[in-house]
Amino acid sequence: MADGAVPRFWREIPQRYNLIGNQCGACDRIYFPPRESCPYCRRKSMGNMKEIKLGSKGKVVTYTIIYVAPEPFEGQAPYPIAIIELDEGPRVTAQIVDCELEDVKIGMRVQSTFRKIQEDGYIGAIHYGYKFKPLEVKG
Amino acid sequence: MKDIGIVSYGAHIPRLRIKSSDIANAWGKDPGTITNGLGIIEKSVPSIDQDVATISVEAARAALARCSIDPQTIEAIYVGSESHPYAVKPTGTIVGEAIGATPVLQVADYEFACKAGTAAIQTCMAFVKSDMIKYGMAIGADTSQAAPGDALEYAASAGGAAFIIGSEKVIATINETCSFTTDTPDFWRREGRKYPAHGGRFTGAPAYFRHITSNAKILMEKVGSKPEDYNYAIFHQPNGKFPLKVAKMLGFSSDQVKQGLLCPYVGNTYSGAVMIGLASVLDVAKPGDRIFLTSYGSGAGSDAFDMTVTKYINELPREKAPLISQLIENKKYVDYATYTKYRDLLYEE
Amino acid sequence: MRDVAIIGVGVTKFGELWDKSFRNLISEAGAKAIIDSGISGKEIDALYVGSMSAGRFVGQEHVGALVADCSGFSHMHIPSIRVESACASGGLAVRQGYFSVASGMNDVVVVGGVEKMTDVIGSEATDTLATGLDQEWEAFFGATLPGIYAMIATKHMHDYGTTREQLAQVAVKNHANGALNPYAQFKRPISIESVLNAPFAAYPLGMLDCSPVSDGAATVILCAAEKAKDYTSKPVKIIGSGQASDTLALHGRKDICTFESTVHAANMAYKHAKIEPKNIDVAEVHDCFTIAEILAIEDLGFVKKGDGGKAIESKITTLDGEKPVNTSGGLKAKGHPVGATGVAQIAEIVMQLRGDADQRQVKDANIGLAHNVGASGASSVVHILEAI
Repeated sequence: MADGAVPRFWREIPQRYNLIGNQCGACDRIYFPPRESCPYCRRKSMGNMKEIKLGSKGKVVTYTIIYVAPEPFEGQAPYPIAIIELDEGPRVTAQIVDCELEDVKIGMRVQSTFRKIQEDGYIGAIHYGYKFKPLEVKG
Repeated sequence: MKDIGIVSYGAHIPRLRIKSSDIANAWGKDPGTITNGLGIIEKSVPSIDQDVATISVEAARAALARCSIDPQTIEAIYVGSESHPYAVKPTGTIVGEAIGATPVLQVADYEFACKAGTAAIQTCMAFVKSDMIKYGMAIGADTSQAAPGDALEYAASAGGAAFIIGSEKVIATINETCSFTTDTPDFWRREGRKYPAHGGRFTGAPAYFRHITSNAKILMEKVGSKPEDYNYAIFHQPNGKFPLKVAKMLGFSSDQVKQGLLCPYVGNTYSGAVMIGLASVLDVAKPGDRIFLTSYGSGAGSDAFDMTVTKYINELPREKAPLISQLIENKKYVDYATYTKYRDLLYEE
Repeated sequence: MRDVAIIGVGVTKFGELWDKSFRNLISEAGAKAIIDSGISGKEIDALYVGSMSAGRFVGQEHVGALVADCSGFSHMHIPSIRVESACASGGLAVRQGYFSVASGMNDVVVVGGVEKMTDVIGSEATDTLATGLDQEWEAFFGATLPGIYAMIATKHMHDYGTTREQLAQVAVKNHANGALNPYAQFKRPISIESVLNAPFAAYPLGMLDCSPVSDGAATVILCAAEKAKDYTSKPVKIIGSGQASDTLALHGRKDICTFESTVHAANMAYKHAKIEPKNIDVAEVHDCFTIAEILAIEDLGFVKKGDGGKAIESKITTLDGEKPVNTSGGLKAKGHPVGATGVAQIAEIVMQLRGDADQRQVKDANIGLAHNVGASGASSVVHILEAI
């Protein structure tokens, strides 16, 4: 990345900040990230894909703990990365935070949290988005 | 005249903590003297992926989780901080986008040392009062900086709170607010510098104490109240001792101060300090409770507020977002080396 | 469609080859294959080159023309085509070359694969490999290629009881085979303990569960089968070729523990060859990580889904087992110059079927399979070869 190389990241802000996906008007399948058309309904879905804001909760399908990290993530290693199945169905890959490494488990309930994902060195833009943390049990 | 006040609120405090004694040990100071002298047991530390934008978003989302306000009806967002992630490019736009309040929205970032958050509340009040907006969101948050080894290092911490200001179903009416401002250089950070500098003991009497006591007296005179009329009093808390001392000078008891005094457990969250203090009070407040709040920002100024809790507090599902007590409880300790890494101290330019 | 045979193979040594450039490597492998095939050079109708990311590894695109030039074919103006499918670039280049000969358009084509990975620092090599993942929805969030495979391993261990010891045995077996391969990057046997005690790359995968960063090239010469005997006494026929795709991101797939791209590519190749998995005598499979070999032997139909770990443990895939897998040492021990890998796998199978594999020769090997995967399984290529 170079200073000022932002459009690629800016474009995905709705998805990365707010888990905005879409739903096929023909078969009701939900997609994240949003698709231009439904792979199953094809032309029936064209112009018939509805934007949908996905909820913040889901469960861990599988996970790893990254020890050898890409440069923008080096300060965080070791850190867990998981595939999370959102309650609406779509799956995402994201970091698990606010959790001890040994407590990350397949099947654990998680909720999204807003974090800094990576930054373009000390000069470039900061990119924010979703990570997940153990579901807080409330009242 | 319609009642202007707080419609909902939310807070966020990062989970990491460092004990004052660990910082003292790293610098060869006596841990007991430091901890008792400052009245700070431990402070919150932002993890490497947290900054004022992420704390503000978490606090703003918590405020929205407690009410049924459509984010699109929030027409102004003001974020007060002295550690905005960008020197140029607002934090408020990130918050606006992340809570779904964009694009028909007023945004500006505020800076007034530790009182930028209360300045944001005053701005939102004025907009609501003048019918220019329906709801405004005022946020105070910081991931405050302190030079390694500086006395500030024991206090400078991270956290913030967001308040939705409006005129319908307000859970706490803001009856009166006033400010007291002079040019008093007790603490500052020059443009482009990483760490702040301060005037040592000069930050006390002519700065913190003069501005808070003067402003508090002006407010009580304006509304015709006495310290004993209030159930809760919240003062800016750069350490655990100053707020208790200023309360005593004004005639408030430590019982009135207790619920809003979080510095001993989370440190000084700067622009977040009185904001999370107020959130802590609202976590337990009952209809009819009266709240007195006085912030302080170096440079220097103070904003004071007189508030009355309404019956709508009972209708606000406070359990739908973490209470301050839960945020304080949910913690993980880091050692000084990890703290140094997270605070980016190793990479000073 | 007419039959296609492989009439020559050439591979360079794989490893950290500091004194060899991208150009040196591909021309060396090409020259070796041409000599091995007995063609003069004038017969070549086209060049195909598999390379994943010359642009990032050596700052050079326009790889087709470059390879024609550095191999000495620019003055003959032979068409040259670069093929890219992440780590399956080599296998896919072979498939494209195969099509061009099978169709009758070309009689003789040279298919090379090459990657020069050590001209960049290690972290940049890792980042470049991660471009085979979904950049926006996996890598952006901090996932690495080892991390994606590690998530498959975690799930496989959870669902099927596969153990870290079983994963380690893949590395142990492949290092034992690599020790017998003069071209391998690692020619030393390792123990289960050393694999288990190595630092983690991405839990549950340790550093010795991962294939290395390598330089290297491989080339094969394809020829219309009816003309093969004009050049060599030991042609090897391509009797099956298959390729399939899947979602770029692992999280887009219903079953985390199956590479549907491999299942479909293999079925296509088996059908084409009119054989079944049990007919395969020797296989080179894509073991970029130990878990990948377990997945491969399941998805290729050698063992039932979930039984991969146990199969490794029962040693059926060792050199003298009933289904020898990765006799070359695999990506794990032979090395994994990504663009070269798929071509090198074909070269190993050809050597096995010709009986030229020396110490690592599988007895009576008649039918062999090569399986090449793009990054985390979004593309797979399978070829089945038979000695004529």
